Amino acid sequence: MNHDSYPDSYIRGILNTVKTIAMVGISPKDNRPSYFAFKYLLERGYRMIPVNPGQTGKDILGQKVYAKLADIPEPVDMVDIFRASQFALPIVQEALTLTPKPQAIWMQLTVRNDEAARLAEAAGLKVVMNRCPKIEYGRLSSEISWMGVNSRTLTSKKAQLMGKGVQRMSLNRTTMSGGATDATDRAQRDEEGGH
Amino acid sequence: MTDRIPGFSTLAIHAGAQPDPTTGARATPIYQTTSFVFDDVDHAASLFGLQAFGNIYTRIGNPTNAVLEERVAALEGGTAGLAVASGHAAQVVVMHTLMTPGDEFVASKKLYGGSINQFNHAFKNFGWNVVWADPDDIASFERAVTPKTKAIFTESIANPGGVITDIEAVSAIARRASIPLIVDNTLATPYLCKPIDYGADIVVHSLTKFLGGHGNSIGGMIVDAGTFNWSREGRYPMLSEPRPEYSGIVLHETFGNFAFAIACRVLGLRDIGPALSPFNAFLILTGIETLPLRMQRHCDNAKQVTEWLVKHNKVAWVSYPGLAGDKYNALAKKYCPKGAGAVFTFGLKGGYDAGVKLVSNVKLFSHLANIGDTRSLIIHPASTTHRQLSDAQKVQAGAGPDVVRLSIGLEDPADIIADLEQGLGAA
Repeated sequence: MNHDSYPDSYIRGILNTVKTIAMVGISPKDNRPSYFAFKYLLERGYRMIPVNPGQTGKDILGQKVYAKLADIPEPVDMVDIFRASQFALPIVQEALTLTPKPQAIWMQLTVRNDEAARLAEAAGLKVVMNRCPKIEYGRLSSEISWMGVNSRTLTSKKAQLMGKGVQRMSLNRTTMSGGATDATDRAQRDEEGGH
Repeated sequence: MTDRIPGFSTLAIHAGAQPDPTTGARATPIYQTTSFVFDDVDHAASLFGLQAFGNIYTRIGNPTNAVLEERVAALEGGTAGLAVASGHAAQVVVMHTLMTPGDEFVASKKLYGGSINQFNHAFKNFGWNVVWADPDDIASFERAVTPKTKAIFTESIANPGGVITDIEAVSAIARRASIPLIVDNTLATPYLCKPIDYGADIVVHSLTKFLGGHGNSIGGMIVDAGTFNWSREGRYPMLSEPRPEYSGIVLHETFGNFAFAIACRVLGLRDIGPALSPFNAFLILTGIETLPLRMQRHCDNAKQVTEWLVKHNKVAWVSYPGLAGDKYNALAKKYCPKGAGAVFTFGLKGGYDAGVKLVSNVKLFSHLANIGDTRSLIIHPASTTHRQLSDAQKVQAGAGPDVVRLSIGLEDPADIIADLEQGLGAA
């Protein structure tokens, strides 16, 4: 997989398949990006499991916090890594010891570890790096379009409402590519090159 | 495995729009409502806390306006847009997001006169201090930068004189100074020029002009290129510091490469309040669907008219970058290869009196202050918009007594030329 640019079908496939997501490094503070993403995905119907050794035994948004992946007493479909890039490798190594193995490893916006990605892909897992599942869900469901964000999708098909309410949309939406954002992608690569 | 990217005309029709999920309406509905019901209390809390995407109140966002925002962002190659009540409002909201009292920004001195007024007077009341630079002397932008400078502002094609900025050169200066470059792309529209491709970090528009294109709606737009690192030096606290307005969230780390557009919405538009009417958004969206067709015809007509005018015995000069030999012709070929826009000035040998006679005698051209309409428009700045200035100030502003500004419309070019011919005959 080319980790600079993912086809929408790849991202949609992962988010449409996984049901249980363990978020490693979630903050209990309600103004942190990890908390935002956790809450958003919980409200979109995912089973969300918080992993943070500093919060062991406590609840975040009603979900019991575990110290490490191995402590989770149920299968995990996806591990979402909310830690700095250098911590991604041991987390992936730990994820690969789980039985059954997760289907996907997701590293958050600004998190990228190519060695960890190679290891996971060699074990048959799908990998996404430097993306936020909340933003990707919002983009592919079209919810993010309400904020004037370029979803980079086009469609002549209706968006699908998700369950109750009118301001939640499902991922079951047919799209093709929309407006490209090459400049921001270039700027991000320049930033990474500068580090 | 990369996805195929659609072309400009496809984006102009489709970007941001989809059939309405509840009614199947294919055209974008006008959501003429102040407010939106919440699914439940938790949903309301999530929306107010910026934890969910959705609609609360039309001052902050509206689904019709959102289609327009995504449409223009996609056409410009940006990450997000924010629609506001006018081009002037766009500039207020952008500067409110970047500046604190006592800060400076560098601006090209060849700008739309309304922007010069806004920067010189209204912005100074906020303590946002403009420092003028000369687009004909690119190094003057660099000399104007001080430790207080927070941004550089220019137009891609300046109204009215057809001054084209070397955006790439100015962008290099902004990059060296670690400040964002803001480009007003009103006269070019993304059909002729995409400033983000040349290093602009923020694009602003008066949608009132060619984007809407029919002279029926005032509107403005801010586009975030997603290219500037707001956190690197911490000089933009709206983006890089915990915001007390939203229980301490940091917008840049939360929203990544569209954080600037979100900051303009949730800190600027929310608190300053220049919201766009959804009805205006609908009319402007309808205009944008034909932007590529209209803009090319505007340019083609303007080229014919200027080539005719330059040979007329009562005309002293024509300032249009699309003309061979014009001072800005080389820059026009680089930045606007499909055409140099449809707004230009020319000088009458008969001076002030000839200008007054021309605007009085035309029968097809409308004598008014707007540009970028389907209709051809004319104004004699010295007797109208710039009347209060001294003669020296008029000349410096490109509004000398002999100057006439035209905005060439979509009528048959033969009729446009015939009207000028009979008008000049009387001048």
